[in-house]
Amino acid sequence: MKELLKSNLVIMVIFAVIVLTAPAWLTPIGAGYPDILQKFAIFGLFAIGFNILFGLTGYLSFGHAAFLGVGSYTAVWSFKLLTMNVLPAIIFSTLMAGVFALVIGFISLRRSGIYFSILTLAFAQMSYSLAYSVLTPITNGETGLQLTLADPRVVDGMMGIPVTDSLPTTNLFGLAMSGYSGFYFCAVLLIVGFYVSLKIFRSPYGMKLRAIKSNQTRMKYTGFNTRPYLLSAFVISGMFAGLAGALMAATDPLAGAERMQWTASGEVVLMTILGGMGTLIGPLLGVGIIKYFENIFSALNESALHEVFSFLPGWLEEVMVWISHHFVGEGWHLTLGTLFMLVVIFLPGGVMEGITRLSAYLKSKFKGSDEITSEKVSEDAS
Amino acid sequence: MSDDSKFSTLSRRGFLKASMAAAAAGAAPTFFINNANAYVNAPTGGTVTLGFNVPQTGAYADEGADELRAYKLAVKHLNGEGDGGMMNTMKPLSLKGNGVLGKKVAYVTGDTQTKSDAARASAKRMIEKDGALMITGGSSSGVAIAVQGLCQDAGVIFMAGLTHSNDTTGKDRRKHGFRHFFNTEMSGAALAPILEKEFGKDRTAYHLTADYTWGWSQEGSIKKYTEALGWQTKAAVRTPLGAGDFSQYITPVLNSGADVLVLNHYGKDMVNSLTQAVQFGLRDKQVNGKDFQIVVPLFSRLMAQGAGENIKGIYGSTNWNWSLTDEGSKAFVKSFGAEYGFPPSQAAHTCYVQTLLYANACEMAGTFNPCGVIEALEGFKFEGMGNGPTEYRAEDHQCFKDVLVVRGNQNPTSQFDLLEVVNVTPRSAVEYAPDMLGGQLGSCNA
Repeated sequence: MKELLKSNLVIMVIFAVIVLTAPAWLTPIGAGYPDILQKFAIFGLFAIGFNILFGLTGYLSFGHAAFLGVGSYTAVWSFKLLTMNVLPAIIFSTLMAGVFALVIGFISLRRSGIYFSILTLAFAQMSYSLAYSVLTPITNGETGLQLTLADPRVVDGMMGIPVTDSLPTTNLFGLAMSGYSGFYFCAVLLIVGFYVSLKIFRSPYGMKLRAIKSNQTRMKYTGFNTRPYLLSAFVISGMFAGLAGALMAATDPLAGAERMQWTASGEVVLMTILGGMGTLIGPLLGVGIIKYFENIFSALNESALHEVFSFLPGWLEEVMVWISHHFVGEGWHLTLGTLFMLVVIFLPGGVMEGITRLSAYLKSKFKGSDEITSEKVSEDAS
Repeated sequence: MSDDSKFSTLSRRGFLKASMAAAAAGAAPTFFINNANAYVNAPTGGTVTLGFNVPQTGAYADEGADELRAYKLAVKHLNGEGDGGMMNTMKPLSLKGNGVLGKKVAYVTGDTQTKSDAARASAKRMIEKDGALMITGGSSSGVAIAVQGLCQDAGVIFMAGLTHSNDTTGKDRRKHGFRHFFNTEMSGAALAPILEKEFGKDRTAYHLTADYTWGWSQEGSIKKYTEALGWQTKAAVRTPLGAGDFSQYITPVLNSGADVLVLNHYGKDMVNSLTQAVQFGLRDKQVNGKDFQIVVPLFSRLMAQGAGENIKGIYGSTNWNWSLTDEGSKAFVKSFGAEYGFPPSQAAHTCYVQTLLYANACEMAGTFNPCGVIEALEGFKFEGMGNGPTEYRAEDHQCFKDVLVVRGNQNPTSQFDLLEVVNVTPRSAVEYAPDMLGGQLGSCNA
């Protein structure tokens, strides 16, 4: 078992099976519909990429949403100008985000710690404000960039795809990007992204990034120039964000400036910390929890609560509904905030630490002398 | 020979085109692969689900909360509970008070956060997970347009709530989208004669505009109609939605030489900007030998309540006000008041009416199939819903009806009696040609 989990192939097979069967096992908890599944996969990619920077090097970027936004805008422009096929959109977005990351990273990485975070935050807010005001011709401001019937779509025109009086939909050579097929497309990219992340985590390159986190000064004294490693990690994670942004536009062809706001940057930080920074799976768990709260908890209203508690006697049902309705619907932020506090106070390593502790406890209970296996990676990281 | 080769090229190209078209056609309707019915989310059990998608957080949260109250009340009335409200006054009426087409009405709610992304995610959840047949709501035109586009692609009906931008039924109109609320074009046409009468023809205006589709639309309409009167426009400054503090935008107004400030703001933004404008002493100023004036083209009682004393004597337009004395308005105010203890806002009114209109159209069409419902709504004429005789124009899915010009009440008799109606502008004075604003409806998608 222990040896098995060290093999990349086995991990990838298990991961792929879990991801691709998500519609089946998420349905019982009400999260098996295409839109939320797509969000899980897309933000999963975003968080995996963020974790390569934050989890491995310890550099906390507070402006990653800028790359997400750049990716989205590039993708929508590709839909408008070239073709509704998502492939060029994804390639252009990832590259464009990479270029942005190179510029922002080159400047921001001259500082570390809190100064680095503030610099990235400043760049992201600057991008957001620009998208909102000066760059309105490119971004369409607060209304957001949308497709119109009058778009040129040059490549589609050359391929002879007929123009109808309804908006064309995004596709991958005819495969629709909405609904379940859209999810499977995102899921495949998530699996690829996870594989890249796994390879980085388990490579000498990943080791150097961890070394930067543990003691950059010592690393420099041993003759390493850390700057190229940091910058490349920053660009890679920026490209992940750009890819996620492109997928957001692919599944729903619209790009708004709010995707670049600091709250969006904060969200991915929360996801990573909540799940467990520096672990492979942790960020994905964080994504799952936060997106589940945002989409499912926020939609519960009192009549739904009455259904949930209908097995209780009348008066108790009323009491339970009265208490819990503050925590659902518009109060979902409250629940999430409480959960976040509890995790940070009691499980600083995030949900992954909880799982590690739980499995260690169970092992001691059942006298399994096996070492911790799959969490080995996470132990290495911290 | 040459004919031959021409023929063969043509047919090859024709074949390519045909196969491309087939691929595109195959891609288009697979939005819901798991749906074997003739149209999306065809109700199978004893209930039909509607999706109420309103802002519960952000600058328009007050309006959103009131909209949700109205929706819940409408569902009650549709299911034959409560006193029936406007179902007693609506003419012609096909509803029987036993749900819609014999199915009980159920609903799901969601928070748009006044953000296009969140609103679309929420609407998608309603359509994909909860099986909603119709989405309604929105307190921001940007959000309404984004969700309307989504509903068109998904093949469900969108009944717009509070959205005032021309674009909703103008350049961004959709076959599946319907709007009962009026728009900035009508506001401009209704306000201009009153502004001329009160303030004269020789005025200089300064616009502060919420920086998104509605703000741009309203700024354009007011400019168009006031400049036709002979007014000048000094400047039009865009402010971000939900800015909170407007002092940096108001200070320059003081010395700009303008003598009218037009606030193209809504919700909490309007409350804040108006309050600050009054605090800065704009209303006590004399410019060009005239009293300085403030105009708020789109007014609502909820905002008036937020702005308190500051709204006294300020002109604006509104879709509906609870103080109207026709039968429909009285019935609605009575049942809303009995349920919640205070009168409804114009946002609540339009959302309530939209829900009833949708249900009535299903009943008329005898089906929930969106194509049938669209046909029933197009060109539908009705009255007894608080706005007098009203028509859903078939060409752009916009309701045409009288527009109210209101003024902040100088001597309110209660905390809700904040707006007085100074003029009811007849429909004929605010009507425009359907193709004036551009846009195409497209075709029914089911």
